[in-house]
Amino acid sequence: MSQPPYAADLGLQLCHDCGQVCRLSDRDCPRCDAVLHRRKPNSIARTWALLVAALIFYLPANLLPVMFTDLFGHGSENTILSGVIEFWKGGSWDIALLIFIASVIVPCMKFFVLALLLVTAQRRSRWAMRERARLYRFIETIGYWSMLDVLVVALVAALVQFRTLSTIEPRLGILFFGLVVVLTMLASMSFDPRLIWDAERQDAR
Amino acid sequence: MPDNSHTLPSPGAPEIRQRRARVSLVWLVPIAAALVGLSMVVQNWLSAGPQITVSFQTAEGLEANKTQVKYKNVVIGLVTGIRLSEDQTRVIATIELEQKAEPFARKDTQFWVVRPRIGASGVSGVDTLLSGAFIGADPGRSDEARREFVGLEAPPPVTFGVEGKHFTLHTEDLGSLGIGSPIYYRRIQVGQVVSYALAEDGKGVDVKIFVNAPYDSFVTSDTRFWNASGIDVSLGASGLRVDTQSLSSILAGGIAFQAPNYSPEAVPAEEYREFELHRNAQQAMAPYDGTPRFVRMRFDQTLRGLQVDAPVEFLGVPIGRVVSVNLDFDEQSKNFPVVVGAVIFPKRLGQAHQKLMAAYGGEDNEANTARLLEMLVERGLRAQARTGNLLTGQLYISLDFDRTAPAVAYDPNARPMTIPTIGGSFDKLQEQLQAIVDKLGNLPIDSMAENLNGSLGELRQTLRQVNADVLPQLQRTLERSEQTLQNVNQSLAEGSPQRQQLGDTLNEVQRAVRSVRVLSDYLNRNPESLLRGRGGDDTPASFKREATSRELNQESRP
Repeated sequence: MSQPPYAADLGLQLCHDCGQVCRLSDRDCPRCDAVLHRRKPNSIARTWALLVAALIFYLPANLLPVMFTDLFGHGSENTILSGVIEFWKGGSWDIALLIFIASVIVPCMKFFVLALLLVTAQRRSRWAMRERARLYRFIETIGYWSMLDVLVVALVAALVQFRTLSTIEPRLGILFFGLVVVLTMLASMSFDPRLIWDAERQDAR
Repeated sequence: MPDNSHTLPSPGAPEIRQRRARVSLVWLVPIAAALVGLSMVVQNWLSAGPQITVSFQTAEGLEANKTQVKYKNVVIGLVTGIRLSEDQTRVIATIELEQKAEPFARKDTQFWVVRPRIGASGVSGVDTLLSGAFIGADPGRSDEARREFVGLEAPPPVTFGVEGKHFTLHTEDLGSLGIGSPIYYRRIQVGQVVSYALAEDGKGVDVKIFVNAPYDSFVTSDTRFWNASGIDVSLGASGLRVDTQSLSSILAGGIAFQAPNYSPEAVPAEEYREFELHRNAQQAMAPYDGTPRFVRMRFDQTLRGLQVDAPVEFLGVPIGRVVSVNLDFDEQSKNFPVVVGAVIFPKRLGQAHQKLMAAYGGEDNEANTARLLEMLVERGLRAQARTGNLLTGQLYISLDFDRTAPAVAYDPNARPMTIPTIGGSFDKLQEQLQAIVDKLGNLPIDSMAENLNGSLGELRQTLRQVNADVLPQLQRTLERSEQTLQNVNQSLAEGSPQRQQLGDTLNEVQRAVRSVRVLSDYLNRNPESLLRGRGGDDTPASFKREATSRELNQESRP
């Protein structure tokens, strides 16, 4: 093997908190006192659990209204998709596209990518490992972009309060959507990307 | 790779234990999420009320997922879909009611679209101008559930839970009444018209009204209702009458009710009781008329000014009204009699009617009325068209006894009952006037005019003579007399000899008079001088000095 040896082969492990190289036999990091693990503990199960929870919450996030708009006594409730459609029909396709990407495409992509990573990691697949690692970095980066929707609703609801003239109030849907974003971020954080490369070795665990 | 075997076995049992505990804890998150989701689904399913459909004529103002269903301005449902009916005549709105809104899915629930409305009785639904239309609902009382409804086009005037009573009024025609027309009691609005429908036989209209509590207790078994719509201007034999109730009833129509002032046995009317709707207050407040009887009269004169509804009076008491005035043709006499049909209410005769009916066996039926009429006709009862109002020429029918009228045959079995007639009073007057005109026509006006003409000619001749002869002479005489007067004037003018002479003459006369007085004084003092003559030196005093006759008298006294 031209590659450098695995840390486990040398009887070493990395402290996740301070990056100190420790012996495998150490239970706590001698420098920062953090608990030592060879990999993120229970990574795949945790990620699965959080992913499933996020998927469950994604349903009410899309079905329930996220915003209540009351304009001159004419109140209406909008879900995320109906808002996108309304913007699109109203001619502002750019805003519609932005909301659609931030609140539909990005979460869906995260679900898909995380599920893909989890399945391949569990099956110790050696397929496209480099690309998978790149995908993981990508969803880590774009993860919090989905919070855009939540921020918009929070901001608008705080600003547009003109009593009878017009009022905008958040609805339950946006809470679920925020939970979805937080859960997917937690899920991608709990996934250990080194598991992708563990497939290179039969007995690595 | 070869070092693997060294390191592997060291972390054994504790790691596995830890992992198991962690597994169960992490999976709590999706379980909790699933529970939350499930609870929401269950709650949504539990709170979902009945789904109903309501059909309207138009979907104007309705929008799926936006239009709400409200009762007393509380949202009780949402329109979830709008589609056309299968025959494309109506619009069917699907409504998801809330769970608590179960009473709104009953058989007699009413739905209507609240839009801004402007009517004679006011403006409503202004708030929907901004917020858009919504569907109003009124819960039903029925126990029967229902899922398909037909929406009302206008809001129902009486909403659920308002206390009061419903009544039904029968009327000949609707007049200007409509749904929502006000009901007045002593000019206070106490209710409204809820609905109206044609009577089953088509002869009249049934008007359903609602009287709010507490005014509903004023509707008693004796209450009379009348139409108070608009301005009632009537020009009849009794003159011009204008009746109104209120400004809004002029526009929107209305009904008023009242019980007679004396109604000792009145009890509050039960709900859904039926009443008669009279045309006006006068008719409504009149005592109960009993069954009307139709009678017919044939008049041989023109009846210009006799209108339908003109009163029929018996000895001055109005007992009925004219219902028809028709022209007939008499084959035998080849003239056109006028046939007047009238209804009379024998009960309006009051006690007279009761006594007469008692005499005939007490039963108030048509045969008895006919027999009563026969008796009256035998005694000289005749119908006569009289002028009620000279100004307008309105006629009325008067039933009066005329002893001088020739007897007529009366058939008590003929229907309709026929009352014989005599000429009208105005006709008599006309006849008298005609007689006077005739006499005037018989005067020898022509010969009178001729004589007068001759006399006038002679007069003219005389005048001509006077002009020719007498007048110039008269003028000359006048001229002469004027001359004479001028002469007289001249002779009496200042400084004329005649005047001088006249003055002298007068002075002379004065002197003469004075001497006469001196003489008489002297004779008064010395009456003997008439016989002896005047004494020697005894000169009259007046000659010695100036003396008045009095002084002379004083001298003579001693």
